Amino acid sequence: MIPTPALEFRPILPEILLCTFAIVGMLYEAFARRPDPVPHLAIAIVGIGPAAVTAYALWDWSGPSYVLGDTVAVDRFSVVSRFVLLGAAFVGCLYYTHYASRDPGSFRGEFYPLTLFATAGMTLITAANDLIVIFLALELLSLSLYVLTGITGRRRASEAAMKYFLLGAFSSAFFLYGVAMAYGAATSTKIVGVAAPGIVQALAGQTGSQALALLAMALLVVGFAFKVSAAPFHMWTPDVYQGAPTPVVAFMGAATKVAAFFALIRVFDVGLQPLTWDWTPVIYGLAVVSIVVGSVVAIAQRDVKRLLAYSSIAHAGFILTGLTAANSTGIGAAMFYLVAYAVVTLGAFGIVMLVSARGEEQTSLDAYAGLARRSPGLAALMTVFLLSLGGIPPTAGFIAKVTVFSAAIGAGNWPLAVVGVVASVVAAYFYVRVIVYMYMREPAEGIESDDGVMPRIAAGVLAAGIVVLGIFPGILTGILEPASIVRW
Amino acid sequence: MGTDLRLDSVSATMILVITGIGALIHVYAIGYMAGDPRYGRFFSYMNLFVFFMLMLVLGANYLVLYLGWEGVGLCSYLLIGFWSDVPANAEAAKKAFITTRIGDTLMLVGLALIVFRFGTLDFEAVFGAAGTVLTKDAATAIALLLFAGAIGKSAQVPLHVWLPDAMAGPTPVSALIHAATMVTAGVYLVVRSHVLFELSGVALTVVLVVGVVTAVFAATCAVAQQDIKRVLAYSTISQLGFMFMAAGMRAYGVAMFFLVAHAFYKALLFLGAGSVIHGMHDEQDLRRMGGLRRLLPITFATFLVGALAQAGIPPLAGFFAKDAVLEVAQHTGRAAVYALGSIAAFLSAFYLGRVLFLTFFGEPRSDRARDAHEAPPVLWVPLAVLAVGAATAGWLTLTPEGRLTGFLEGITGPTPAGQGVAVAALAAVATVISLVALASTWWIYGSGRVDWVGFRERLEPLPRAALNGWYVDRAYDTALVQPAKAGAWITAYVLDARIIDGAVNAIGGGVKLLADGGRHLQTGFVRSYALAVFLGAVTILVYVGVRS
Repeated sequence: MIPTPALEFRPILPEILLCTFAIVGMLYEAFARRPDPVPHLAIAIVGIGPAAVTAYALWDWSGPSYVLGDTVAVDRFSVVSRFVLLGAAFVGCLYYTHYASRDPGSFRGEFYPLTLFATAGMTLITAANDLIVIFLALELLSLSLYVLTGITGRRRASEAAMKYFLLGAFSSAFFLYGVAMAYGAATSTKIVGVAAPGIVQALAGQTGSQALALLAMALLVVGFAFKVSAAPFHMWTPDVYQGAPTPVVAFMGAATKVAAFFALIRVFDVGLQPLTWDWTPVIYGLAVVSIVVGSVVAIAQRDVKRLLAYSSIAHAGFILTGLTAANSTGIGAAMFYLVAYAVVTLGAFGIVMLVSARGEEQTSLDAYAGLARRSPGLAALMTVFLLSLGGIPPTAGFIAKVTVFSAAIGAGNWPLAVVGVVASVVAAYFYVRVIVYMYMREPAEGIESDDGVMPRIAAGVLAAGIVVLGIFPGILTGILEPASIVRW
Repeated sequence: MGTDLRLDSVSATMILVITGIGALIHVYAIGYMAGDPRYGRFFSYMNLFVFFMLMLVLGANYLVLYLGWEGVGLCSYLLIGFWSDVPANAEAAKKAFITTRIGDTLMLVGLALIVFRFGTLDFEAVFGAAGTVLTKDAATAIALLLFAGAIGKSAQVPLHVWLPDAMAGPTPVSALIHAATMVTAGVYLVVRSHVLFELSGVALTVVLVVGVVTAVFAATCAVAQQDIKRVLAYSTISQLGFMFMAAGMRAYGVAMFFLVAHAFYKALLFLGAGSVIHGMHDEQDLRRMGGLRRLLPITFATFLVGALAQAGIPPLAGFFAKDAVLEVAQHTGRAAVYALGSIAAFLSAFYLGRVLFLTFFGEPRSDRARDAHEAPPVLWVPLAVLAVGAATAGWLTLTPEGRLTGFLEGITGPTPAGQGVAVAALAAVATVISLVALASTWWIYGSGRVDWVGFRERLEPLPRAALNGWYVDRAYDTALVQPAKAGAWITAYVLDARIIDGAVNAIGGGVKLLADGGRHLQTGFVRSYALAVFLGAVTILVYVGVRS
């Protein structure tokens, strides 16, 4: 008799719900006479909310750790990432609803289903225990994001989407090749095998080819480094951030980084754990290059979205800094950093969206001149986000930086921490420069702030969260501690 | 230990001086400062000063004393520079503050040493344990450091240079702070800490030497001054020297007695000078005065009492005070101290006679002197009260029950006694010295038979050197101030502005250049982006290849 595998769908209920309501949204878009943002938002929230509830139900999961033929892991690590990603999707949808309301001509209802699909890909990638599933999820989120980037159809957005797509395909090829090499090394694509030995067991038992495993590691690094926009695989980032509609950037900037990093942590710290001494130097090098390139080149930027793009490159470097410590301290630091970074990114791009009431044109630094006089609330919120990005207390960004640096130092990588601190000094220049523009320059002529209430509330809540986490980081570390994927 | 206060015979004596004379000076200031646009501020500073001065003398430990010590220094600074719209006044205030700061800093080190050795700053505890805790050298170090604070605060050589310039402040300030009270805080400190000084013979000798040198040195400067207030300033320095002289000979009670007597007659002299300045519409130069006794009769009468008191004419206060000091010197066999003290006493009678005759006798030497007017009652009533005090304060030593030194004995110990020339003989000699000095000033400045302007010119360059305080200021300026300023200039404008800022700016500029370079790599072409990805991948693969 052929044994039927026990199919346990509960661990992927969040993804199932997201995809279901993405399809509902597509049907609404297709059949509604005049699609409106509000029903779209409602459909998205109906998908996101229950997805969060079903994700939360997995926190105290007592079933098997790996389900669906060992392709999906059930652990608190993926619950944390799902919560952050669903939150980012919610805020992104909120922003876009407002964004569409002020320019109804440019409204594209596809935003909501695409965002839900992308979110499904992102949440799945952080839970996947099989490189093939990771690749599938990666493509799901990437393809959705390519389209989202060009969703307005404006020339610049389309150009950015095209670049993103071409380069993304290029890097996906590297990733896929890495998957193939991993299979060659371990005769399995499972990260942890239960029924049959997975990658980690094969490498630990030295049953596979060491050379193929190293090759796989190198290629997988390229694929992930592209997604997290670590230098020198970062070149797409400024163009895409600048070209894409701001709500898309808010969602993409926050969520992609979280998803890709959580997947990277699972693949490297669990699957390639036997190769730790081989991959940490690579991570180390990527961290240095990313921190330096991101911090230095940002100085020359006069467009706030590009500036934040380079900032995101530098932050990728800081997160990699934490990961050079291949232990629970480093992973915990990276997780804290990712959560804080996601919150700040969502907030900062929310402000970018509100600084100018019309279109995408006003992202130059000059548009921020005198913002404090034009709309003091926006300037104050932006200041909180910029200070957090710069790592200045009492914000979560400060705690995040301290934890990644101390993790790196604890692992003996103090030169990297020195680079990080020096680069933070450099970075303070361009963050503070925006604050100087907002508070100490004469207001720019002919620019009106958006007076949207909903995004303002969202940004306010995010800013409050940043400050609260900066003063009481224990709230978050208490959650992250039991969620770490490794125990050493 | 905490903010403990302590009232004993020494602090009681001090607070009587501070509040008694302080009150008279405040009354005087009501008239003197009338019409000043910052009248209210003046009195708040003055009262703040009185508060800190009382803290200083009432503290039961060195911490409270130090609080008061710094507080009076602050008020002194604020009041010297009270008319700070004149840059010279602000300069004088800075000079006073910085000069005394030198002493204060050393004193703070001394207090730190006390904490190290005793673990407390409490007077009782420190003095009680001093004999067992301190070695002779440790006692010397602590006592000398404390005395450094006293030198600064009481304007003794070599830190005396601030007091003559401090005359830039309003005259009531000079009377209260720079004659009667604050400058005597150094004497109080030595008297209060005498246990520590006695453990180290060296420290007492230093106190004695500084006192003698200051008394003579400042007296020679006072003789040549042309500004009435500067005469009194150098006179104050000289008289403070007498107090330290007494303390250096373990005659702490005599030092306190001198302090009380001096407070009366010096406050009187300053206020009298203020009345003259007021009456002459802010004229302070002795050469433009003359003949004021007819126009300012009350001021003249009270000033006369003060001058004779300090000159040492019996039965006025100064006679007894000065005599007590010289008597101790003679009776303890310190002939040199006695001789130098007598010279200083001669000079002090001389310069006061000079002021007296140049100001009040002869013919008016300027229009202002001819138009001078007598002070209103609010000014002369305090003068009259102080004149009574200056005349009678010396009697505090006359009767055995009323002896101030006896009252203080519980704290200061008995005045050292010894064998020597009979007290009456010493008094007679001192009186003769004073009378000779006054007579010679009358002959030079009062009789009209001597061309005192030409006389002074014939003595050049001595008068000019004395006028300039024997060029101590100029020496300090050349040896210390200018090098320090040059060093500061170099650190500020070369080291900081060029080298440090230059390096910082160069780094900033370099990073900016780098950023511009990096921006140009971002061509916008997908092919170059893909190339970057490819090269990155190749780099990692090469690393892996090398690794395996």
